[in-house]
Amino acid sequence: MRVWKFGDNIDTDAIIPGRFLTIYDPKELASHAFEGTRDEFSKNAREGDVIVAGKNFGCGSSREHAPLALSGTGIRMVVAQSFARIFYRNAVNVGLYPLVCPDADRIEDGASITVNIRDGSVEYNGVRYRIDPVPRFMQEIVDAGGLVEYARNLKEVPVCTGSHR
Amino acid sequence: MGATVVEKIFSSKCGRDTRAGDVVMAPVDGAMIHDITGPLAIQKFYEMNGTSVFDPEKVILLFDHQIPADSIPAAENHVYMRNFALEQGILNYDLKEGVCHQVVMEKGRAAPGEIVVGADSHTCMYGAGGAFATGIGSTDMGFVLKYGALYFRVPETIRADVHGKFQSRTGAKDLILSIAHDIGADGATYKAIEFTGETVKGLDMAGRMTCCNMAIEMGGKAGIVPPDNTTWEYFSARRKMTPFPLKSDEDAKYFCWNNYDVDDLSPQVAIPHNVDLGVDVEKVAGTRIDQVFIGSCTNGRFEDFAEAAEVLGKNSFSEKVRVIIIPASREEYLKVLRAGLIERFVEAGALVEAPCCGPCMGGAFGLLAPGEISLSTSNRNFKGRQGSTEAFVYLCSPATAAASAIYGEITDPREV
Ligand code: SF4
Repeated sequence: MRVWKFGDNIDTDAIIPGRFLTIYDPKELASHAFEGTRDEFSKNAREGDVIVAGKNFGCGSSREHAPLALSGTGIRMVVAQSFARIFYRNAVNVGLYPLVCPDADRIEDGASITVNIRDGSVEYNGVRYRIDPVPRFMQEIVDAGGLVEYARNLKEVPVCTGSHR
Repeated sequence: MGATVVEKIFSSKCGRDTRAGDVVMAPVDGAMIHDITGPLAIQKFYEMNGTSVFDPEKVILLFDHQIPADSIPAAENHVYMRNFALEQGILNYDLKEGVCHQVVMEKGRAAPGEIVVGADSHTCMYGAGGAFATGIGSTDMGFVLKYGALYFRVPETIRADVHGKFQSRTGAKDLILSIAHDIGADGATYKAIEFTGETVKGLDMAGRMTCCNMAIEMGGKAGIVPPDNTTWEYFSARRKMTPFPLKSDEDAKYFCWNNYDVDDLSPQVAIPHNVDLGVDVEKVAGTRIDQVFIGSCTNGRFEDFAEAAEVLGKNSFSEKVRVIIIPASREEYLKVLRAGLIERFVEAGALVEAPCCGPCMGGAFGLLAPGEISLSTSNRNFKGRQGSTEAFVYLCSPATAAASAIYGEITDPREV
């Protein structure tokens, strides 16, 4: 897989600027991904590529347009040292794998890597780096094909109930 | 072992002892959607075979980001959401009430001890009223609209204990910018930040909202100020509620416990392009500015404008800057209007707009050209946040914004 490398604190305003938020179609969003900050991305990213980033990927706004814009390019995975919380969940919900790899910063732009989610590893330059397992309930959602598919088939949700004031 | 206030909220809602790290499917007391994230959430709700929302009275629906509609697609989104509100019997505040987070607070729709979610990252602001509140994405929101519940991982808590007395023209915004600088842009990821100490107790609700609003800027899942008299007073005017005790136990387990002292805190300015790049105003004083924005869910309340007006005094704003002033809600607008501040701002040369997000996220109006510099009381200075990716956004308090607008360059408000 070909690597698109990004640094730390890549925010959702960079992934998809505010002026495109009336768009919801992943393909159309993808044509504006990283517009103004890395224009060649939307032109050249293609199915099977992978984003590799540093710390706190996807920080900022809760816009789901961000993971959608990435998935619209055909990208299925983002490997980062860490993710912002809302982006992480949104990614899972739209079927984009957020994979935490503490050594992601070693991987270079344009490199070719192999990601093995089952084994929990990334292979780069003949070296295997560990990726953290995706938490179980998130895995269930991804396995179902995203939260929509997961929820569609739910008869009832196991809501815990307590003392309601 | 004692529990944190956040653990207590989840325990109470879940009917069992719940601690940080537990994953629970917890019921929610409120769910907020607006014109940007709402349409997708509604679409997801339908895709999940949703037919009627879990409880129309718990859904908060309004438009604030692109109002009045600034494009045809925005207008179409509004129509889509209006129809949804009608179909589902949801009270629609439409574009009349103001910025989502301010409206949720002032309508009393996120109260102490409640769990509230919003399809917007600054939902964490409702922690100012003692609720556990967090931002979620549209698909999660689709799920909430259908089931009235969501998976949560109960977060660890960072305790921020604040002591000391603010210098004049220094306050909540300077405090939270300095805390963001200390904790870092991802220092609180997945965690709640509990604000305590005599300085926080001394803050009014407006100041508490400013602080909790920016918990997300450190990656936080929630910010929270345990309810006290100030909180209960605020809510007693807004809904029927009997005060009840809600605070962390003495022996609660925190992720970490940070102490802050505001005695010597200078007014803070976060420089481009990250919120955690806060510096003392002295360091950047003299920086040229093209636009000043006073408003947003962070600093768009009466107290903020009163502070700005006090700094402004009888001065005018510099010819070199355009000053955009936007109260965060209709209620706040009326307060500012009735106090005569709108007149003062207009006289001094400002543009005063109706309640909305305005230039805060660069989606509607007030955009910046390449090379332009904005000084803003909002919460984010990311590249491209307010227009061109080659523009620069600095963040500060209303006092610093007003002082700087007088001189057309970043100015220490203590010197005006
Ligand atoms: S004012 Fe700014 S931060 Fe607040 S809700 Fe609007 S766009 Fe978001």
